[in-house]
Amino acid sequence: MSDVVISVRELTKRFGDFVAVDRISFDVHRGEIFGFLGANGAGKTTAMRMLCGLSYPTSGSGTVAGYDVMREGEKIKRHIGYMSQRFSLYNDLTVWENMRLFAGIYGLTRHQTEERAAELLDRLNFSSERNTLVGSLPLGWKQKLSFAIATIHCPEVVFLDEPTGGVDPVTRRQFWEMIYEAAEGGTTIFVTTHYMDEAEYCSRVSIMVDGEVRALDTPLRLKQQFAAESMDEVFRTLARGALRGE
Amino acid sequence: MVAIEVHNLSKCYGQVKALDGVSFSVERGELFGLIGPDGAGKTTLFRLLTTLLNADEGSAAVDGLDVARDYLAIRSRVGYMPGRFSLYPDLSVEENLNFFAALFGVTVEESYDLIAPIYKQIEPFRKRRAGKLSGGMKQKLALSCALIHRPSVLFLDEPTTGVDAVSRSEFWDMLSGLKEREITILVSTPYMDEASRCDRIALCNEGRILGIDTPEGIVRGFDRRLYGIRAKNMFALLERARTATDIVDCYPFGERHHMVVDDGFDVERFKAQLGDVEGLEIGGVEPTIEDIFIKLMKR
Amino acid sequence: MKQNFGSFVKKESLHILRDRRTMLVVMLIPVVLMILFGFAISTEVNNVNVAVVASERTDGVHDAVERLSQNDYFTFKGYISQDEVDAYLRSGRASAVVIFATDYDRRAAQAVAGLPTKPIIQLVVDASNVNTAGSATAYLQNILLGSASAQSMFETRMMFNPQMKSAYNFVPGIMGLIFILVCAMMTSVSIVREKEVGTIEVLLVSPVRPVKIIFAKMIPYFVISCIVLVTILLLARYLLGVPMTGGVWGIFSLSLLYLVLSLSLGLLVSTIARTQMAALLISAMVMMMPILMLSGMLFPIENLPKFFQVVSNIVPARWYIDAVRKMMIQGLPLVAVWKNCAILLGMTVVLLGVSLKKFNDKLE
Repeated sequence: MSDVVISVRELTKRFGDFVAVDRISFDVHRGEIFGFLGANGAGKTTAMRMLCGLSYPTSGSGTVAGYDVMREGEKIKRHIGYMSQRFSLYNDLTVWENMRLFAGIYGLTRHQTEERAAELLDRLNFSSERNTLVGSLPLGWKQKLSFAIATIHCPEVVFLDEPTGGVDPVTRRQFWEMIYEAAEGGTTIFVTTHYMDEAEYCSRVSIMVDGEVRALDTPLRLKQQFAAESMDEVFRTLARGALRGE
Repeated sequence: MVAIEVHNLSKCYGQVKALDGVSFSVERGELFGLIGPDGAGKTTLFRLLTTLLNADEGSAAVDGLDVARDYLAIRSRVGYMPGRFSLYPDLSVEENLNFFAALFGVTVEESYDLIAPIYKQIEPFRKRRAGKLSGGMKQKLALSCALIHRPSVLFLDEPTTGVDAVSRSEFWDMLSGLKEREITILVSTPYMDEASRCDRIALCNEGRILGIDTPEGIVRGFDRRLYGIRAKNMFALLERARTATDIVDCYPFGERHHMVVDDGFDVERFKAQLGDVEGLEIGGVEPTIEDIFIKLMKR
Repeated sequence: MKQNFGSFVKKESLHILRDRRTMLVVMLIPVVLMILFGFAISTEVNNVNVAVVASERTDGVHDAVERLSQNDYFTFKGYISQDEVDAYLRSGRASAVVIFATDYDRRAAQAVAGLPTKPIIQLVVDASNVNTAGSATAYLQNILLGSASAQSMFETRMMFNPQMKSAYNFVPGIMGLIFILVCAMMTSVSIVREKEVGTIEVLLVSPVRPVKIIFAKMIPYFVISCIVLVTILLLARYLLGVPMTGGVWGIFSLSLLYLVLSLSLGLLVSTIARTQMAALLISAMVMMMPILMLSGMLFPIENLPKFFQVVSNIVPARWYIDAVRKMMIQGLPLVAVWKNCAILLGMTVVLLGVSLKKFNDKLE
């Protein structure tokens, strides 16, 4: 298997006259934590949708987990994990019922489900909460559980759309440790965030402005390149020049 | 003079204690920040102070008026921007503003000088429906609407949530501008890095206030030594550092891990304990609000 | 603060005008319902095929058959024998068969003279369509016993709507339904939308009394309902030919009262519902169903089980529809339905009182 998990070339999405995503090209390697930043309206969400097989590009080419984004959207969906702040889990189902549901969606057998669920619950120290309703868990726990469930089918790459919004600083860090651990185990992480300190946790960061990828490198080199103290500064320098809003 | 006075305020929703004995006071003209994650009770506090809810226990006064007794009088003196988008998406920018002016029995012209620095930025789009504005523009319109009746106290519930870093920074610049007009502002945010823009802050978590002070004062309250460490493999470094002696806490913090250490900590011994780590860097760092928050939460 | 009331009304009107699709639906539903009930869903008797069994074709029989065949609504299919009755009805060659007794003339004379007699005509009717069968039977009886003398001994005379035009009955029913739909459902949804979007928080944290905002909300819906009311009345009069002999203004005034009642009902729903979906469901289940079932719109109240007859008393539409029927079809003046008016007025006061009391100026 190749080392490149996501590879896009000149990927473009137009809505009528509006070019939401304008010829973006990059590679994401196995086990990398890839930060995908951009101001509101820069085209982040549209780009992420194409990579997740939810929308077809207007032009360009790309593969995600070895499948073509132009033709194999359905196969991509089966081989990636996805977690967003908005859609997390079903509050009226228990932890275990949620796990069983998503395992079922990704076609795990009963035996596999039992095994993965036990493994994930154990890693989260959640085994005692197996039969708790998800709705009664604190937000931070839900987010951690949500991440675990997004990886229940051992996907090659997990897409995280602002996974830590509104979460307290301690839980936010625990969440990032989970991400580190998953990346360490060879899972590729593709993450968006509004917290600029979190951009620093990424192996590499791309910053989108007006539909284009304007910067892409390790946080350290980006800071050097823009002679900036922090990623926050880098981001602001780039996003200030944005011509379009949301 | 005191603009907001809160004494031992509590509020329960069924079994959940949203607010648990909170007390603080805000001076007139002060920009006071409530910093905390979701579930800290910030929204509940705002709803109590804007007289939308009744407290279970405790008392509060806004502009010298009691929230329980004089709630109608308070309502004409405060401006409120709820956490959710609180404008009519099917009405245009102008129509929204006119409606909110009418709601308070004023005209846009009367207050134009106050809202001008903010409203001017969205005025070119005054015919556009509010629902079609960008996040940052929506915020500016909402703030203009909240200011339309020249309130003496402004309540802003998470105005910067879900907005990108540039718009967030612009928004805080606008608030600094309002401060000069002697408007008292109570603002909440989950972003710790925004704390430094406030005169004073209260760190909140799970319905309690963990600490109140100026941002500098809060940081000074960090009574331990703090180191920043980094290496090629950050995750491995984190796991190894935690097993070393005299380490109170170690957690990721941007490009480094922050390491809270006991008095007995020795850098050389620590390096030795870590063994061979590629690209190790270690040095003392200044604590930030977030370090304090983590410390207070873990206590 | 008088000037701002106008701007609240303006704002509500803008909401409604911007939502063109909903507007269109509201304006079209009455028209569609009127046409549907007026023409398509009809219980009218039309082209009913009738066969006759008569062992002796006497003068009396001849007279009766003559009257039958001359009527537009019935088609005389000829004389058949007693054995053929079943086959005719089954095959649909006839929907009704009239069987004259053997000594029809003598017995009819007896009946006319006021002497007791056995039934002299038997009607066998295809009742697979209950409504048509019922109407046809009633109408047939009327025609067959049409001679002045015989009529006097029967009490089953069709009054006011002798041709039993169903539109006459449905127009009041549609009015009872439509105004609840427009006023109650739409106002409740529009108030609840403010809760759902979150604008209610800002409205409450303002010196304006919520009652004022609520009334401002009701006005545009009231205006729309008035337009709908006029549309329905015009359609009823000129498209369906409903007589409305009781005076249009009486019907109009009564309808205005009913509109206010519907608005109050909508307000009450909005104090209970938290989401627009819930408001819609409550409106549909709690208001529409009783109107359809218990108001006499579809089924006569006298035909309902005792329990539901009692329950129907609290359905406002029942009193409204009843009164409109009396005014529209029987031609009674407004004064004649004072009892209905009083009940509706009482209900309005109670509903408005309860909902205003329930409408909180806090979030709890």
